Amino acid sequence: MTDLLREYLPILIFLGLATAMACVMIGASWLVGPKNPDPEKLSAYECGFDAFEDARGRFDVRFYLVSILFIIFDLEVAFLFPWAVSLSEIGQFGFWSMVVFLSVLTVGFVYEWRKGALEWE
Amino acid sequence: MILQTLAFYLFAAVLLASAVMVIASRNPVHSVLFLILAFFNAAGLFVLIGAEFLAMILVVVYVGAVAVLFLFVVMMLDINLTELRQGFLQYLPVGALIGLVLAIELIFVVTGWQLSPELAGMAQAPASGLVEHSNTAQLGEILYTRYAFLFQGAGVILLIAMMGAIVLTLRHRDIKRQKISRQVAQKPGDTIEIRKIRPGEGV
Amino acid sequence: MNELSLSDLQIVLPEIWLALAGMALLMVGVFTSNRSTRLITGLTLVVFIIAGVLVNSGLDGTGFGGLVVDDRFGAFMKTLVLIGAGLTLLMSLGFIRREGMERFEFPVLILFATLGMFIMVSANDLMSLYIGLEMQSLALYVCAAFQRDNLRSTEAGLKYFVLGAVASGMLLYGASLVYGFTGTTSFADLAIILSGSDVSIGAIVGLVFIAAGLAFKISAVPFHMWTPDVYEGAPTPVTAFFSVAPKVAAVALLIRVLTGPFGGLFAEWQQIVFLLAVASMLLGAFGAIAQSNIKRLMAYSSIGHVGYILVGLAAGTAEGINGIAIYLAVYLAMSVGTWGCILAMRRQQRMVEDIADLSGLSRSNPGLAAALAIFMFSMAGIPPLAGFFGKFYVFLAAVNAGLYTLAVVGVLTSVVGAFYYIRIVKVMYFDEPGDAFDRPVGRELSWVVGLSAAFTLLFFVYTGPVLDGAAAASQSLGLVTIGEAQSAVLE
Repeated sequence: MTDLLREYLPILIFLGLATAMACVMIGASWLVGPKNPDPEKLSAYECGFDAFEDARGRFDVRFYLVSILFIIFDLEVAFLFPWAVSLSEIGQFGFWSMVVFLSVLTVGFVYEWRKGALEWE
Repeated sequence: MILQTLAFYLFAAVLLASAVMVIASRNPVHSVLFLILAFFNAAGLFVLIGAEFLAMILVVVYVGAVAVLFLFVVMMLDINLTELRQGFLQYLPVGALIGLVLAIELIFVVTGWQLSPELAGMAQAPASGLVEHSNTAQLGEILYTRYAFLFQGAGVILLIAMMGAIVLTLRHRDIKRQKISRQVAQKPGDTIEIRKIRPGEGV
Repeated sequence: MNELSLSDLQIVLPEIWLALAGMALLMVGVFTSNRSTRLITGLTLVVFIIAGVLVNSGLDGTGFGGLVVDDRFGAFMKTLVLIGAGLTLLMSLGFIRREGMERFEFPVLILFATLGMFIMVSANDLMSLYIGLEMQSLALYVCAAFQRDNLRSTEAGLKYFVLGAVASGMLLYGASLVYGFTGTTSFADLAIILSGSDVSIGAIVGLVFIAAGLAFKISAVPFHMWTPDVYEGAPTPVTAFFSVAPKVAAVALLIRVLTGPFGGLFAEWQQIVFLLAVASMLLGAFGAIAQSNIKRLMAYSSIGHVGYILVGLAAGTAEGINGIAIYLAVYLAMSVGTWGCILAMRRQQRMVEDIADLSGLSRSNPGLAAALAIFMFSMAGIPPLAGFFGKFYVFLAAVNAGLYTLAVVGVLTSVVGAFYYIRIVKVMYFDEPGDAFDRPVGRELSWVVGLSAAFTLLFFVYTGPVLDGAAAASQSLGLVTIGEAQSAVLE
């Protein structure tokens, strides 16, 4: 096993533990808990009468705009990680390269702000 | 070594199973949740081959943002999957045929695998670097300097994406806002006009 | 390379200028709101003119460690892109005001799309190719759906986006195969590796995928399915833009990719280009016959023109590239002019798009009818109009390269094409007049249409700049090796 993977070993163990715990908890309650289902118990309860419509309403398109703007800035952040790690190697040019990149995105941010895309109401 | 192999099979099996569930589950929201599980397992596979930067990006960008976007879109579209599914059997033969063609192509490609003689020399460079650096640092060393042009290009693409999202979806509703400064600065003369009107004549 | 040298910046000076100007105009627009659309459009045109000066005064060479290249070919194609983008933007002024599209983002998006095309044209690496292509495509998807309350526009945007994403995926898959089998993405290195005697089949599969992705972008058959729907649905100035600037850029990119890094695989890609050319010419000619909507007709017409352009590429010689360069310049003028005429087709404040609406135009608006007739005759390839010369040089290159089949198919489909082009002339001059179109058509529009009509009509009198530019462009690609490969194949 390489050194790189050895660093990730705790995470793997943690993952295994979490999965095992979850399985045990859900499995135990499924095994031990009493279950007497009947149609009335299983149906959705809406003030005593039959449900009118699907419980899931449609989301506003504005959620979409917010999340797509979030993705864009998320990607921008993703570019920052390698930059931060290697900043000592890449010198002035690498530093200013990122500053230019961030300025381009700042132009976009100002545009967003002025357009009111960040306001909810 | 055995642990590595075990982990590989674990991640790969869960990845495939959740990928199948993405297209097989009845509820689109469940599909998205299985997609997230698939992303996590793919990240695990990336770690196993030593591409830890890609693994982290997969978690940060795909799980953190793209999956959330998918969830919103699924909620927004309110798809009725039972209706969508009706044509499934009808299209199955065509889909199977395309899958078969792709599989045959892949087999052709794999059997034709042949490394070019120059490749050995080129592959040496990153491999030697990998010993001392993580691949995040390696990416950083070339992305911002050697590939600065492409990096800035990516920035402009993100800017265009921002403009596109706003141009296509942002709508301004007529919302009446309270602007306190204007309220305070208001004078009677701005809103009221007093006129003397004689009886019998109009305004 | 840890330092940035001045020559790198000089190579990409036009691109830097466009990017900075685009961001500046975006800021101007957002701080003055939509009132300034006209101002921003005007400023964008100024930006284009300065970019044209920069493009034509730039130095030749590669920059950023071989990521981008600047040469005469690039300068010629970029000039065409700028002319196409500038003229269509100028024509759009009236339209966007009347049709409620008056938002300042439109010229800025066109500007960023142009930036993407610049990067495409000067790409010298598979990665810069992809960055340029995506930049251009992303801006164009938004432009197609720009009238977001119009169902047809949004449908066009969605179709273009979905199919364009598939094409990008294919291209990317091909690029990764090529990288995987050769170990490099640089065009210069690829050219050396792929000109060797034993090239792995994986790289060839990659080439096919890349060619398919690019064929989609130039809408060559069988990757043309999106074209009629998108052309019909997108707002007319956007369609006009689609039919000129991106096409020039994508053709330039296709030429650069196929003759540069894949020059050694000429025998392989010639078959593909041959097939694309024949299929596009046939479908362009026969598909257009049954159309009643003029925007759809122009879509099929553009597919046919792509077929003729590919004839020159199939020849694989400097002469063929020369023919393509001339063809693109001529096509640009004819196409911009025709779209200008279509933009003038308005009746009772609404756009009309049927060919039947043109009936009797010669009596209600003789100037417009004459201009449209010139464009139609030119597109049909009737001498001495400009369109004839475009076809002539391309077919000549094909014949000299021994591709008689292509030349014969080209001439035959031109005859079929002449049928539907001349039908429009017949409708204008011999059918019973309908209601007249709205007058005036707008100052900018009349200027653009008049200018392109004059170019198309008088091209044979003064061909100098175009022919010289095309010759310099085709020489700068250095296609000698391909000509030799060609003759080897024939023997």
